[in-house]
Amino acid sequence: MSARPDTGGDAVARPIDIGLIDRVTDDGSLGPRRAVGASLQPTLAELSVPGRRTDQVPHPPADALAGIPDDLLRSSAPALPELSEPQVMRHFTNLSHLNHSIDGGFYPLGSCTMKHNPRVNETAARLPGFARLHPLAPDTLAQGTLELLWELQGMLSEVAGMAATTLQPAAGAHGELTGILVIRAYHRARGDVDRDEVIVPDSSHGTNPATASMAGFRTVTIPSAPDGGVDLEALRGALGPRTAAVMITNPSTLGLFERRIVEVLEATHAAGALAYMDGANMNAIMGRFRPGAASFDVMHLNLHKTFSTPHGGGGPGAGPVAVAAHLVPFLPAPLVVRETDGTFRLERDGERPGSIGRVRAYQGSVGVLVRAYAYIRTHGGPGLCRVTDDAVLAANYLRQRVGEAWDLPYAGPCKHEFVASGARLRRETGVRTLDVAKRLIDHGYHPPTVYFPLIVEECLLIEPTETETLADLDAFAEALLAVAREAHEQPELLHEAPLTTPVRRLDEATAARRPELRWRPMTGAETPCPQ
Amino acid sequence: MAYQAHTDADRQRMLDALGITSVDTLFADIPESVRATGLDLPDPEPELLVQRRMTELAARNRVDLVSFLGAGVYQHHIPAVVDAILSRGEFMTAYTPYQPEISQGTLQTIHEYQSMLAELTGLPVVSASHYDGAAATAEAALMTIRATGRNRVLASRAIHRHYLDTTRTYLGGRFELDLLPTSPDGTTDLAALERALAETDRPVAGVLVGQPNVFGVLEPVGDVVRLAHAAGALAVSVVEPVSLAVLATPGEVGADIAAGEGQPLGIPAQYGGPYLGILATTETLTRQLPGRLVGRTLDVDGRRAYVMTLRAREQDIRRDRAASNICTNQALCALAATVYLATLGPHGLRDVARGGAAAARRLERALADVGIERIHTGAYLNELTVRVPDARAVHMRLLGEGILAGLPLADWYPDDPDLADALLLCATELTTDGDIDRLAGALARHHPVAA
Repeated sequence: MSARPDTGGDAVARPIDIGLIDRVTDDGSLGPRRAVGASLQPTLAELSVPGRRTDQVPHPPADALAGIPDDLLRSSAPALPELSEPQVMRHFTNLSHLNHSIDGGFYPLGSCTMKHNPRVNETAARLPGFARLHPLAPDTLAQGTLELLWELQGMLSEVAGMAATTLQPAAGAHGELTGILVIRAYHRARGDVDRDEVIVPDSSHGTNPATASMAGFRTVTIPSAPDGGVDLEALRGALGPRTAAVMITNPSTLGLFERRIVEVLEATHAAGALAYMDGANMNAIMGRFRPGAASFDVMHLNLHKTFSTPHGGGGPGAGPVAVAAHLVPFLPAPLVVRETDGTFRLERDGERPGSIGRVRAYQGSVGVLVRAYAYIRTHGGPGLCRVTDDAVLAANYLRQRVGEAWDLPYAGPCKHEFVASGARLRRETGVRTLDVAKRLIDHGYHPPTVYFPLIVEECLLIEPTETETLADLDAFAEALLAVAREAHEQPELLHEAPLTTPVRRLDEATAARRPELRWRPMTGAETPCPQ
Repeated sequence: MAYQAHTDADRQRMLDALGITSVDTLFADIPESVRATGLDLPDPEPELLVQRRMTELAARNRVDLVSFLGAGVYQHHIPAVVDAILSRGEFMTAYTPYQPEISQGTLQTIHEYQSMLAELTGLPVVSASHYDGAAATAEAALMTIRATGRNRVLASRAIHRHYLDTTRTYLGGRFELDLLPTSPDGTTDLAALERALAETDRPVAGVLVGQPNVFGVLEPVGDVVRLAHAAGALAVSVVEPVSLAVLATPGEVGADIAAGEGQPLGIPAQYGGPYLGILATTETLTRQLPGRLVGRTLDVDGRRAYVMTLRAREQDIRRDRAASNICTNQALCALAATVYLATLGPHGLRDVARGGAAAARRLERALADVGIERIHTGAYLNELTVRVPDARAVHMRLLGEGILAGLPLADWYPDDPDLADALLLCATELTTDGDIDRLAGALARHHPVAA
């Protein structure tokens, strides 16, 4: 038994006086300290009162920690907040009211595919048979989920036009890493060990070059052609015996289908490199373009975009990776396999000796995969094609309407999203795209993606998705036109915007210069640094 | 059909506005040679039938067994309020909070998550979340490599098998990963660690150790930290967060980084995820930390507000020089942990940790009474290894009796004869005396060693 009396929590150290925040002036000196009285919602720590508690689990006996030496026990209980259940409910409910969400309004955030999140998917994922299944449960206990995963592997392979799909990656960027590691393993298995470069266009998602670096490759960035597509000459110039892969986002981050895709793929393969497709924009081409059938070697799919699983304020998602037949040996383990007797199982250790191994624990973010499966079953083949057709039609319609007042730097048609530029507006009025975005908030909208892709000046990337009504599209177009008018008539309004939100523009410079990443002060020891 | 918003009349109006007669025109930019014509998938189904299909599949799983299976994923009581909050569309259907003026709900909850995990880990800087414990561990290993400029990582072999496999994948042959053996009591062999650190021609970036480790045994993390630091290496503690209510924190024992799986904090098992990768570090290493961070600041009117900060580490700004490629994270899972911790509070969390420990001690006694002994004898919290001859076969036979007798460790260590007969058993506050009696009784029947 522990020599230290078990206080049952009475000795909990008290947090946490949030106190005052120093204002740092531009010259770096401290300005007047300001009371932080005006907050939208107190912190959990501020709501905490000693002795308040909810009643969740039985109290264990006093000798529960018998046999654990003192020096392995923490010296004081963690200073977590002490609250009642009604306080907890109200705290988080009040915070939720401060969010914009798809449930609440239009969310035309380019490259993010903010479509409706169907609730039947949520109901399904919460069924106890799915939710309570332990990931190391023997296959015999997991036949329902294994069948679902096996079917989903096949359905995503069909959408991708590929031979096989791993469901393990937890997000798009995780899928990219998986795909690039698969490509590296493929080259190495052929004794082709000098390929240490990955080519990405300058319009790519930041995850593409970051992925290449993480996998140990050097990134070679090539410029885009004036029409927004891959510059074939630049690509051919960059390709060589050191190229491991070319990563192409198709449709591109400009919302354009890569018209020279056949030539891009031919050139890539002629150089002995493999072609990776960033499938973030798959909502634009389901049933119209199957990357594997066009000879892409690898792609990832973002289930939290195309296949409607919720974004959750930043995650979780899922980023399955589909590959052509020659890359199947290298996929992470385990895949789900179907036995001849109709039962399902996970691959066993070492069953595919060429596998790159694991990219995470267990089988994948199965709760997300269940939701995506329900979505695909709801739509079937024709439904997914209709999703794409409607998403592209809506984007082109909205593009035309927005074009009444905004510059459209690239010729149409677009796919599921399009870019507009505020460069001329800025020259004429001094209003930046950031100001436009903030003013759109006052009009009730989440702004589009701004300043991405990086190659378009004062860029707005607008993606309406297929789940917004025509009336909603028109209303958003009217809002963008109204903001353009306001920029000319009352530019100061836009510099000040947003005016109607719970908080207004933030002091982000101070946040970065003096990071306040937690309640202060923390109890317990600050950690010394070695050396 | 399904969730689409348009009537045929709407579509016609949009086509008319565009001056085209068919949506096909909008796809004319796809070269004909690679154009597809539809998808070969099951037929569409209305919600009723989809729901029926999902219910059938879920019913084909068996989740009714008495379970002693943990091994990195722990079934706990989840307060009802957790899912009530998580189901709110304002949280669930929001994107990454890039526009802070309309995302304060998400941003403040992440800040509260960071704050509470800092309390639990004793480390001041906590990332907004990673994919899972395995990916967080791999990222921690990469952090030590970036921070020290060295390229060799030592990891105890008694870290979760999947975490080691994932770390090996992430290091990808570019960096070395050497495994440290364990002593008979189940702790990492400190003498072997010393020898490995003494190889001055192969300097070590970081040392990774699990707390509790994969055998459920508590490691002398403080000693590991001292040895690592003496060799100029960083120390990473791979933690289980509920245990941190009672165990010495990574911060207290001087670890530089804590990585771990947040699933026990209010997240269902779900056959593997989505879970919550925890990654925490010192202020010194803040800029090496991958993933989003939320900071507190003020708005132009002086109101307290929260915003994503120190973004120059991230892929959308730094591209090929980013600390990691991570973009999408596990924000809703971090919200689950936040609500869980707010609901349990310090007393409740300690009761959960101690409840599992108390049940595990009852389990140890009940098994000892039928002649089944622990293999690794080091101090433990709520998970332990026991020797059961023919463990795999017994494990399978017990399934037929409605008992999931933990994990046969031969699944993870097929080449280790010492573990051929090992079962890894876990208890939590959900484990009842009746569950323990059933397991002990069944093992006694299948393993009739005189007590």
